Amino acid sequence: MTSLGEKIAATAAGKPIFNIKSPLIKRIINQRQLIVLILPFMLFVLVFNYLPIWGWSMAFVNFRPGTSIFDSEFVGLAHFIEAFTDRNFIIAIRNTLMTSTLRISTGFVAAILLALMINEVKSIPFKRTVQTISYLPYFISWVVASTIVYTALSPSDGIVNTVLLQLGLVREPVPFMGNPDYFYGIVAVSNIWKNVGWNAIVYLAAMAGIDPELYEAACIDGAGRIRRILAVTLPSIMPTIKILLVLNIGFLMNAGFEQVYLLSNPSNIEASRTIDIHVFNFALRSGRLSYGTAIGIFNSLVALMLISVSNYISKKIDGYGIF
Amino acid sequence: MHKKSSKNFLSAIGYKRVTLEDLVVDFIIYVFLILLCIVTLYPFLNTIAISFNNAIDSISGGIYLWPRDFTLRNYERILVGNPAISQAIFISTSRTLSGSLLSVFATLCVAYVLSRKEFVFRKTLTPFVVFTMYFSGGLIPIFILMRDLGLINNFLVYILPGMIGAYNIMVMRSYIEGIPESLIEAAKIDGASEYKILFGIIFPLSLPVIATITLFVAVGQWNSWFDTMLYAGSNPMLTTLQFELQKLLTSSLSMAAADSDAMMNMGDAARTAVTPASIRSAMTVIAVTPILFTYPFLQKYFIKGLTLGGVKG
Repeated sequence: MTSLGEKIAATAAGKPIFNIKSPLIKRIINQRQLIVLILPFMLFVLVFNYLPIWGWSMAFVNFRPGTSIFDSEFVGLAHFIEAFTDRNFIIAIRNTLMTSTLRISTGFVAAILLALMINEVKSIPFKRTVQTISYLPYFISWVVASTIVYTALSPSDGIVNTVLLQLGLVREPVPFMGNPDYFYGIVAVSNIWKNVGWNAIVYLAAMAGIDPELYEAACIDGAGRIRRILAVTLPSIMPTIKILLVLNIGFLMNAGFEQVYLLSNPSNIEASRTIDIHVFNFALRSGRLSYGTAIGIFNSLVALMLISVSNYISKKIDGYGIF
Repeated sequence: MHKKSSKNFLSAIGYKRVTLEDLVVDFIIYVFLILLCIVTLYPFLNTIAISFNNAIDSISGGIYLWPRDFTLRNYERILVGNPAISQAIFISTSRTLSGSLLSVFATLCVAYVLSRKEFVFRKTLTPFVVFTMYFSGGLIPIFILMRDLGLINNFLVYILPGMIGAYNIMVMRSYIEGIPESLIEAAKIDGASEYKILFGIIFPLSLPVIATITLFVAVGQWNSWFDTMLYAGSNPMLTTLQFELQKLLTSSLSMAAADSDAMMNMGDAARTAVTPASIRSAMTVIAVTPILFTYPFLQKYFIKGLTLGGVKG
C-alpha cells in the first residue's frame, strides 16, 4: 500500500496516480476488451432488474402518480398494515398457496408417472410419437391454452360436458369456469395438460442413464415388471426428483400470473384472486400504487426466503446449491 | 448394444418369457398413453375443424375432427381487409425477429465473458446475473420504471427489458466452457482480439446452443401476451396477435350466447356471416401455425437446451 505522500510524489514525477503495478488494475486494463463486451449488458440488467428496488420507497409514502416520491407524505408501515387487515389480501395469500401447491404437486407426480410409463414402452416409433405429441402444448401460449380450456369446458357444447353427459356421470352440464369451487382443479389440470410431456423429459433422461445390469439382476431375483419399476427405476431417479422438488419450493409464492389471469373471470374471482391478480386488478388498475408496492415487497421477500431455504436444503442433499 | 446383450443373456438363462403381469402392465400403459395423445391433440384438431367450418353451421354443434360445411370465410374475415389483425401479425413478427436476434447477441457476449475463468469480475457478475432469476422488484415498481424510461406504448418495451435472460446465459456459458481452452490460447498467441475470438472462433463452434437459445427466445416472444397488456394494450398500432386473440376470447365469452341466437334467425343472409367462436378458432390456428411449422426444430433444439440446462450458477 503506497501512502498519499508517495502518490503525490509519483504524480509529480510524471507517473500516473494509479499504481499500475497493482494486480487488479493491471488485470482490468488487460481485459478491457472483455469488459467492453459485457459492460453495456450489465447496465441493462442493473436498470431493468435492480433499479425497480428503488421503487420500493413508494410503499412507505402516500405516492400519487405524477408526483415525486420526495414530495409524498411519509406514512411508515401504514400500507403494510392496510394489506394485512384487508380480507381480500388474506384470501389472495390463501389462493396463491393453494393454487401453487396443488399445481406443483400434481404436475410433479404426473410428470414422474408419465416418464415411468414412456420408459416401459418397447416400441421405439410408438415412444417417439407419444413424446412428440406430449411436448406440443408446452410450446403454445397461455392465451391459446386458455382459449382451449374455455372451449373444452363450455357448458353448452364443450367436449368435457358432452363426454360427462354421455357417460351419465352428470345430469346437467357443469359450469366449470363459473364456479370458484372448480378453479384450483382447473389450474392444476390445465397445467398438467400443457406441461406434463415437457416436464417428463428430465426424468426420462435420468432413466436413460440407469445401468441395464440392475434390471437383469432384478429379473434373476424374480422381480416382475411392477417390482422392477419400484425397486430399480424409481430409486435411480430419486436424486433428480429430490432436486426438482427442492427447487420448486422457491416458486410457492408464484401462482403463475398468465395462467391464473387468463382463466379468471368475475364469477370465479373468490378462488382466482391470487397475490399477483390482487396487485394487478385492485392496486395497479385503481391507482393504489403504494398499497400494491407494499404487497409486492412482502411477496418478493417471502419468495427470496423460500429460495434461500430451498438452496440450503439442496446444498445439504447434494453438496451444491442453486447459487 | 446393451439391450441386445442383456436380451441374449436373459434368454440364455430362460428369463425371456412374457408373464401375465407383463401383458397387463403393457396393456394399461398403452391405453393410458393413447388416451393422453388423444386428450392432447383433440383440442387442436377440433379448433382447426371449426376454423374451416361455416360459422352458422358450427353453432348447431357436432363438429369434432372434420369440418362439415367447408369454408375459408373465417380466415378471409381475419386476413383480408382487417387492418387491426394485419398490424398485430406484423408487430408479433417484428418483435419475434428483432427481439430474438438482439437477445441472442447479448446472451452470447455475456456468456462468453463469464465463461472466461480469468475474467476479473467473473465472481461478482455471475451472482449478479443469476440472482435476477429468483428476484423481482414487483409489478408496480417495474411498471413505474417503464413509465419513467418512456417505454409505455413504445415498441422497445417488447425487446429491451427481457433482453438478458439469466437462464439462457447459464445454458450458453456452460456450453462455451466445454470448448477447449487451447483454441482461445492459440488465437491469443496469434494476436487475435477478444472480439475476433468471440465472433471468429466461439460463435461458429457454439451454433447448436445459439440455435437453442434463439428458439427459446423466439417462442417466448411470439407467445408473449402480458407485456402487451401491461405496457402497450392501449395503442392499437402496437398490439400483438396473442393480445388480439385474448381480446376476442373475452368479448366472445360475453357475446356468444346473444350472438348465436340472433344469427340463427338470419337464415340465408347469415350463410356468409362469421361468429366470435369461428373467428376465434381461425385466430388460434394462425397464432399456433408458426409454432407447428418450427416444431421439428423446436423439439430437437429445446431438448438439447434442456439437457444442457442442468447447470448451476
